[in-house]
Amino acid sequence: MLYRETGQFKTTYRADQAVFPIRQDLIGIWLMLAFLFLVVPFTFNDFWLNSIMIPTLIFGLAAIGLNLLTGYAGQLSLGTGGFMGCGAYACLKLTTFFPDLNIIIVILLSGFFAAIVGFIFGLPSLRIKGFYLAVATLASQFFLEWAFGRIAWLYNYADSGAIEVPTRRILDIAITGPNATAMTRYLVVLFIVVALTWVASNLVRGRFGRSWMAVRDMDIAAELIGIRLLSTKLTAFSISSYYCGVAGAMMVFLWLGAAEVESFDINHSFLVLFMVIIGGLGSLLGSFLGAAFIWNLPILLRGSFGQAIDAATVEHIAFMVVGALIIFFLIVEPHGFARLWQIAKEKLRLWPFPY
Amino acid sequence: MRLKQLALGVAAAAMVAGTVAASKAQAEDSIYIPLLTYRTGPFAGSGTPIADGLHDYFTMLNERDGGIGGVKLMVEECETGYNAQKGVECYEGTKGKGAVVYNPYSTGITLQLIPKAPVDKIPILSMGYGLSATAVGEKFPWTFNAPATYWSQMSAIIKYIDANGGIKGKKIGFTYLDVGYGREPIPLLDELSSEMGFSVVKIPVGVKEMQNQSSHWLQVRKERPDWMIMLGWGAMNPTAIKEAAKIKYPMDKFIGVWWSGGNVDVVPAGAGATGYKSANFHGTGADYPALQDIIKHVIDKGKSQAKKETVGNNFYNRGVMNAVVTAEAIRTAQEITGKKVITGEDMRKGLENLNLTAARLKEIGLEGFTNPISVSCKDHAGAHAIYIQQWDGKAWKSVSDWIEPMRDRVRPKLEMAAAEYIKDKPDWQTQTCQ
Repeated sequence: MLYRETGQFKTTYRADQAVFPIRQDLIGIWLMLAFLFLVVPFTFNDFWLNSIMIPTLIFGLAAIGLNLLTGYAGQLSLGTGGFMGCGAYACLKLTTFFPDLNIIIVILLSGFFAAIVGFIFGLPSLRIKGFYLAVATLASQFFLEWAFGRIAWLYNYADSGAIEVPTRRILDIAITGPNATAMTRYLVVLFIVVALTWVASNLVRGRFGRSWMAVRDMDIAAELIGIRLLSTKLTAFSISSYYCGVAGAMMVFLWLGAAEVESFDINHSFLVLFMVIIGGLGSLLGSFLGAAFIWNLPILLRGSFGQAIDAATVEHIAFMVVGALIIFFLIVEPHGFARLWQIAKEKLRLWPFPY
Repeated sequence: MRLKQLALGVAAAAMVAGTVAASKAQAEDSIYIPLLTYRTGPFAGSGTPIADGLHDYFTMLNERDGGIGGVKLMVEECETGYNAQKGVECYEGTKGKGAVVYNPYSTGITLQLIPKAPVDKIPILSMGYGLSATAVGEKFPWTFNAPATYWSQMSAIIKYIDANGGIKGKKIGFTYLDVGYGREPIPLLDELSSEMGFSVVKIPVGVKEMQNQSSHWLQVRKERPDWMIMLGWGAMNPTAIKEAAKIKYPMDKFIGVWWSGGNVDVVPAGAGATGYKSANFHGTGADYPALQDIIKHVIDKGKSQAKKETVGNNFYNRGVMNAVVTAEAIRTAQEITGKKVITGEDMRKGLENLNLTAARLKEIGLEGFTNPISVSCKDHAGAHAIYIQQWDGKAWKSVSDWIEPMRDRVRPKLEMAAAEYIKDKPDWQTQTCQ
């Protein structure tokens, strides 16, 4: 009833090719953005902003990064944690060298260093496919972890070997560091995530996205219709790593405030991979849904048990429930939340009078 | 369709439950102490007895005395899994409930919380871990690491080695967990080695290799160091001790730090572990009235997850020790401010004026449990002295007197490190002492 597109006529090609061809979707996305920008920062408390909203957005961006590579270009990668680390360490070095440079620009620039590393580790993808490529990216993960732990220059020779985030201000408002309020950090994260998601949504609909999908579906056929595998796979690796790098830099600078090598370990790569799989391969919306689900489920479980059961048991239960739900979703809906949302939309169009 | 309804229903139910739990108001007239503990993951072996010790001592105070100064303690554990990310999440989730102090129980988490403490006005008590430089109270008003720092411990161990056959010209093997915690004392060790004329072979053990250290100990066999010092944690400790026994390294030349001396660490190696030494700053065994009270009021009543036999284990007592320092600081804060329910800022004063004398230790039923601790504005560590204990196959036996650290060497280095830490932090809060 509410969700009916009857009467919405497309009179131009442009209108027909819009990202949100249905008017309700367009209104919905604007309402959602208005809610995120105008309502959330002023009504949610620090716990919600810090432990739920900020990490969900950051992991959503990382999941988009991996989704571009795995979901759109079909290259399985286990190196997400390492690429996120590249962004974080690059951000630290850049802001050390240029302390007066606007930190948002630094975060966006640091993604390029991750992109370079992603480019280099993407080179073998020309010769290696499928599981073998996954193992090759695993090697990059281990190499990067090793580098973050061993090369003292990367963490500014701190005794602890951890990144310590300095305070950086824009217009005298602290953006990073302990003095930055959750609200400021949330707004900065939201701004970057929305901007990059918009770029990604255009990328996947354009020439890049289409050549990625062609390579994903059948690389020989793609080659035959004139898509160059070399540049396609390498752009997928670089752009994906750029997104992961920016997410990593935001994770350390705008969320955690400090990080050790362990923050970028293989478990982190798996976490993002699960988000992509649960959310839906090849879907930007799915990246956010997957991130929200995987990140918040344990928090919700912990919140709902409260102090009734001791913390360690809740942790064990959370592990089991998340594991069971992953298997449940993979059996029932292997295309993830994005597909569920699509089905729901189709049903809603007929509701309440389905035939 | 059914699936969607099911999913929506589950999500809605979880949301409602979550908000209800979050809005549960804290009880009137209580002091809220969040405990960042870990009973899961590869560090659970070390973490569980400590969590039990902390939890049980506070519960005992509630059961026996009705809290501290007539105010009940509200203790809540938050599971971190020794993971810095989860630790920060626990911190953010609990700080709004009126937390008076944080015991992060991980150097990695401590490092992340140090800059947050002055902003949120909640002190951190990293008892015998964390950043050594935080002992410099002028520079770190909100962080305490009583009773000793890693650096003072390292210098005391070097002193012990020097007193047992001299250290000049010797080769020291240093195996450490390759995280913030393990790397922490390296700057001091490097400087001492050049000043005192011994060489150091560093053998880092990554978290992934914790349970597979054969290549590391192959290196030990090749290098043949005269002494081995270990900065291990969790599953690294028992593995290292087993490997050392396997290559027949002389166990009485193998010294672990105070985090590498748990009963869980030596028991798996069986007879091979006999002779292994470790540093410590509190007593072991359950022959203290306070520990008997824990058994009587908490464990026998089934209010603890710990078994009766674990009371008196080294790490259980470590947890108790941490709880004692916290509880005594709360008491001090109550005395200074005259308030019953204290805040984080009051707690900071309590920690800074903490004076745990031998008489007071006797009063709380822990006579001789530890060296007296007196924290001051300048010195946030307080006691510093440690002793070396040795595993005789059944229990830990003290084999040294209290060893004072090389204060004259350590303090200037701590001050330098503290100055270095705050160098590029223009808004850092410091304090002036007298």
